[in-house]
Amino acid sequence: MNRYEQYVAFMTIMRKEIRRYLRIWSQTLLPSAITMSLYYVIFGNLIGSRIGTMGGFSYMEFVVPGLIMMAIVTNSYANVVASFFGAKFNNSVEELLVSPIPPYIILCGYVAGGVSRGVLVAIIVTAVSLFFTRLPIYSPLLVIVVVALTSILFSLLGFINAVFANTFDDINIVPTFVLTPLTYLGGVFYSLDLLPDFWAAVSQANPLVYVVSAFRFGMLGVSDVNITFAISMILLCVLVAFSYSMHLLRTGKRLRT
Amino acid sequence: MTAALKIEGLKKTYDNGFVALQGIDLTVEPGDFFALLGPNGAGKSTTIGIISSLVAKSAGKVCVHGVDIEHNFPLAKTHLGIVPQEFNFNVFEKVEDILTNQAGYYGIPRAEALRRTEHFLDRLGLTEKRDTRARMLSGGMKRRLMIARALIHNPKLLILDEPTAGVDIEMRRSMYDFLREINASGTTIILTTHYLEEAEALCRNMAIINHGKIVTNRSIKDLLRDLHKEVFLLDCAGQLDSELAVPGFDLEVLDDHTVQVAIEKGQNLAEVFAALHEKQVSVVSMRNEANRLEQMFVNLLEQTA
Repeated sequence: MNRYEQYVAFMTIMRKEIRRYLRIWSQTLLPSAITMSLYYVIFGNLIGSRIGTMGGFSYMEFVVPGLIMMAIVTNSYANVVASFFGAKFNNSVEELLVSPIPPYIILCGYVAGGVSRGVLVAIIVTAVSLFFTRLPIYSPLLVIVVVALTSILFSLLGFINAVFANTFDDINIVPTFVLTPLTYLGGVFYSLDLLPDFWAAVSQANPLVYVVSAFRFGMLGVSDVNITFAISMILLCVLVAFSYSMHLLRTGKRLRT
Repeated sequence: MTAALKIEGLKKTYDNGFVALQGIDLTVEPGDFFALLGPNGAGKSTTIGIISSLVAKSAGKVCVHGVDIEHNFPLAKTHLGIVPQEFNFNVFEKVEDILTNQAGYYGIPRAEALRRTEHFLDRLGLTEKRDTRARMLSGGMKRRLMIARALIHNPKLLILDEPTAGVDIEMRRSMYDFLREINASGTTIILTTHYLEEAEALCRNMAIINHGKIVTNRSIKDLLRDLHKEVFLLDCAGQLDSELAVPGFDLEVLDDHTVQVAIEKGQNLAEVFAALHEKQVSVVSMRNEANRLEQMFVNLLEQTA
């Protein structure tokens, strides 16, 4: 396939992915808006008003960037894992595998779908948050970079999960038992400064800490970790996840017999 | 001329140790309508799986229109259209979207993809179902959708794995006409089927595969010529004498109106008709006792069992 044909194939996969989650918007877009509204009301308004300030900002302002990032993480992941596993489950992935599309285009197409859903949900959640608090943006460029890298990373992780999943239960195990705890312990609701030294050090091993901290820095200008280091860590994770996903596609592991 | 498909020493052993292919050689010439026959588990679908890249070969070489799949699979894939045995489209997508997406996977720009979709929806009688989700289609329509999808990028070689399974007779005949038409327009077709009369009606050449080996690979005409005996059923007017016999022929009266006659190679059926005419037996109609190819198929499988 020449470059133009590859572009057409990429656009086809991405368009298919976007149409898929828009078609079932009540399952893909609405739940995040409702969940985050509840977070804003309960943690931000009701409980947050008694907490006072954190990092020099009201508690509501402090948690909003973390909650937006949480929505990006879960939606990017969920989109690719559900879509690619669904394609595996009903064998429609064979449409792609028997076609001449290079593996990286297949991967990029699915990732683009995941990124677009992550970003769309982030916009919805951000719009909802404006009903509860003002939202400063300290560094728009950093915000864009972190959103892009994070949604790419978790789309890739969703893809890897989908390749290894055998049943629909398997695509829920990682989000439930890995992603959610890591997100909650990744500084969404608190500053790492509040933790004892030992647990603060342990938290450095949680990749979600870098994602949340970098995004919060982009929004508020405060962070629990060094931003250059955080971006480097996210970038490293993206490269590792991309390489491994490509390996899976090239070798056809769990996709071909 | 470069073969449409050339397979040399193709072997496949699955991870569980099952040997599906024991080194098959097969050549299909361009423009041919070729039948690949064999019982369940013989290795037909494994062969197709390897050609389409869904199954990894253990050894051997496969070339599609001169392109070795090991060296340039993407190019080989552009020559190939595959209609698998199992439905493998997203049942929640609309018929039209399944076709346009498939065109997109081959790099066909959207405007052209829509034009081709229109064409194949029309050709396969699916135009009215264009906005229907695939899960709502009947079995026959799903089969036609798979054929349309396989043809959307104008492949030179179309491989159909039991395309008429579960399709009613009327639809099967219209499918035959369509397949003959695209074969006549230059598309090489390889067909696997359990309906041997289908292979006899459509194909010029055939191979029979059993236990992962090619048992025979020749033209259907040649194959049928080798049949030593053919059995006919003659429906006769009036009541037949149960002792009816024709010297030199193996004749058996089955009931009051039906007689079975076995014609050995070299014997002439006209002699039977003449003898029956002399005995004032009037033959109303005649049919084969069994499909001739089926008979040959069973013989060959028994020989290689």
